[in-house]
Amino acid sequence: MSSLKTPAPPGASARRSRPAPRHSPARRRQLNRLDLRVTPYVFVLPFFVLFAIFGVYPIVYTFWIAMTDRSPMNATISFVGLDNFVELFTNDPQFWNAVVNTFGMFALSTIPQLVIALLLANALNRRIRGQMFFRLAIAMPIITSTAVVALIFSMIYAREFGLMNWLLDLVGVGPIDWRANRFASWFAIATMVDWRWVGYNALIYLAAMQSINKDVYEAAALDGASQRRQFWSITIPQLRPTIIFTLIISTIGGLQLFTEPLMFTSGSGALSGGTEGQFQTITMYLLDVMNQRFRWGYAGAVALVLFLLIASVSFLNYLLARRISSDK
Amino acid sequence: MSVTSRRRFAAIALASVAVLASATACGGDDSSSDKDGGKVTLVVDVFGDQGFGYEDLYKQYQTEHPNVTIQERGKGLGLGDYNTRLTQQITAGAGAGDVVALEEGTIVQFFAQADKFVNLADHGANDLKGNFLPWKWEGGLTPDGKVLGLGTDVGGMAVCYRSDLFKAAGLPTDREQVGALWPTWDAFIEQGKKFTAADSKHKFVDSATNFYNIVLMQTAGAGNGYTYFDKSNKLVVGENQDVQAAFQQTTKMISAGLSNNLRSFSNEWNAGFKNGSFATIGCPAWMTGVIKGQAGDAAAGKWDVAKAPGNGGNWGGSWLAVPKSSKHQKEAAELAKYLTTAKSQTEAFKKVGNLPSSPQALNDPAVLSATNDYFSKAPIGKIFAAGASELKPVYLGPKNQAVRDAVENALRSIEQGKAADAAWQDAVKNGQAAGK
Repeated sequence: MSSLKTPAPPGASARRSRPAPRHSPARRRQLNRLDLRVTPYVFVLPFFVLFAIFGVYPIVYTFWIAMTDRSPMNATISFVGLDNFVELFTNDPQFWNAVVNTFGMFALSTIPQLVIALLLANALNRRIRGQMFFRLAIAMPIITSTAVVALIFSMIYAREFGLMNWLLDLVGVGPIDWRANRFASWFAIATMVDWRWVGYNALIYLAAMQSINKDVYEAAALDGASQRRQFWSITIPQLRPTIIFTLIISTIGGLQLFTEPLMFTSGSGALSGGTEGQFQTITMYLLDVMNQRFRWGYAGAVALVLFLLIASVSFLNYLLARRISSDK
Repeated sequence: MSVTSRRRFAAIALASVAVLASATACGGDDSSSDKDGGKVTLVVDVFGDQGFGYEDLYKQYQTEHPNVTIQERGKGLGLGDYNTRLTQQITAGAGAGDVVALEEGTIVQFFAQADKFVNLADHGANDLKGNFLPWKWEGGLTPDGKVLGLGTDVGGMAVCYRSDLFKAAGLPTDREQVGALWPTWDAFIEQGKKFTAADSKHKFVDSATNFYNIVLMQTAGAGNGYTYFDKSNKLVVGENQDVQAAFQQTTKMISAGLSNNLRSFSNEWNAGFKNGSFATIGCPAWMTGVIKGQAGDAAAGKWDVAKAPGNGGNWGGSWLAVPKSSKHQKEAAELAKYLTTAKSQTEAFKKVGNLPSSPQALNDPAVLSATNDYFSKAPIGKIFAAGASELKPVYLGPKNQAVRDAVENALRSIEQGKAADAAWQDAVKNGQAAGK
């Protein structure tokens, strides 16, 4: 500041006075305020720019493409309105087969998965020997690549020379063609999903359980509440937000089930999920429509309906979880 | 002093501008920048572990055409990834090479986008018709007669068989005699029944689908000349007698209990080679590499190759095409023509074993005399060339692969125990949905 007042030698001043403000104090204050107001937005701008490019644009484009017959096979794109949706809802048994499969595998995997995770977390929340080891051990499957899990499991469930059929043979049950039978394939895929995600959910439950105040349990124990009673009357209600969270995450993951059923068949035509679509999920069907049948517009419609399904099931879950935990 | 420093500054500024300019030029479209002095860079897109075996041909072409530099992309890239990427590049109209390889299953899909490719007839391709097997030449033509691609290689067709299993089952083992056992597919099934009666541990063929696809191409070649789509691209999976005939022939084979029910390229299929669980497989030229890789050294000398039943066949092979997005269409077309001459195809055969699609190359001593040690020194060049030469042209529609998947799945469901009639209904119903 003070250096401004003293006359500097003409050669040096030209350079040195550059950063010094030439504006009046009022103007400076205004700039300062502008700086305070605008700078934060500039800092967060990169996220929104990226979000607009990779988030908003694809979503809007999906809405647009779902109302066209866009395909690499068509020279022109024509607007077809809701035709794709009409076809999807009235005249596409393969899509509804995929919906049934997806929900079947979702139920078959998610319910046991969350129940086992809850019980596991409850067990690990007690004082047991090797607590740290077990807590780390249940998290291990998460760091395994889904593709590897699917590969190993598809060998376990191989029709010939598979581990599972060998075990069944030991107990005198005939071999099962795991890919031919609808329920067998659902079961096999559900075990893949559960093996991978039980530990993840258990960790989340465990973290939530540890934040529950110990005094509550002590008071309950003094009142003579059993372990089981404590679990149902204290742990579960306290975990309500966590259970809702895991339910919604599992719903999104479960309804987008893709890698496991895809890798369940190796070889040609894996996208069709079994010879009669026994385990073709919605996402597999989506890709089948897009990359095999080249109906990009129709695939857009499938994607939007999938989105609606996930949203409504998540909402149902939310209502259900609220009921369950407020009852107790 | 000040003058020199200013000059130096000017020099540095100029230099950096030049560097920047050249850098942006490099960052731009690969082929657009190097026009000065008639210099042309051509990008060739191929796929597969071995590539197409063109390395020496590039060198030679570059010495003959000093203004041309050739870059190859895609060696080691799997066919599935390559196809997906190429579909996007062609649809977007940017990013594809100047010369691109189109595989048998892919080229039909690009017929619908023929306007995105250079009609090679404009560059004199029609004069080359005699350089290709008739069905291979037709396979590169769009329905309205544009020349989309020039043939590179073909798969050909034969039957690979386990001579040790044949011997144990009391069948002849000499490849001439084995080929004579099955002039027709009915005879093939009869031999399969004989084999199964003598050997209950092994199956006669690997899968229904491989059997079906060979029969279909032969039946359609002798019949209508098309399969699931007619030549106006109308979906006729339910109406075409040839499809139904091939389906029924396959059903007959399955109900005779000859199929090992293995999905092609699955882990079980691979294990089937290793464990030797089936005795024959429909065998294009490249399949010999698959068998050798999967069955391993332990089975060396146990496999042999014989003529396929019926009138020849093919599985696999590619074409070279020039996308309209190329900045040097004329030069690219010349290169594509050069790479598909009989001489070039023979060179590629010597390099990576791709069976030529040119009758002149197929009659080249280098091809005719080629034998395979793993297959008991079978004259593979001669056998596969015979299978490739006999095949009649068959037109495939743009969504051929999707419909084919649906029909193949129906066949697999018969292997899993479904009634043949119900499976045929499925094939038609799902095929119609897939080809929509």
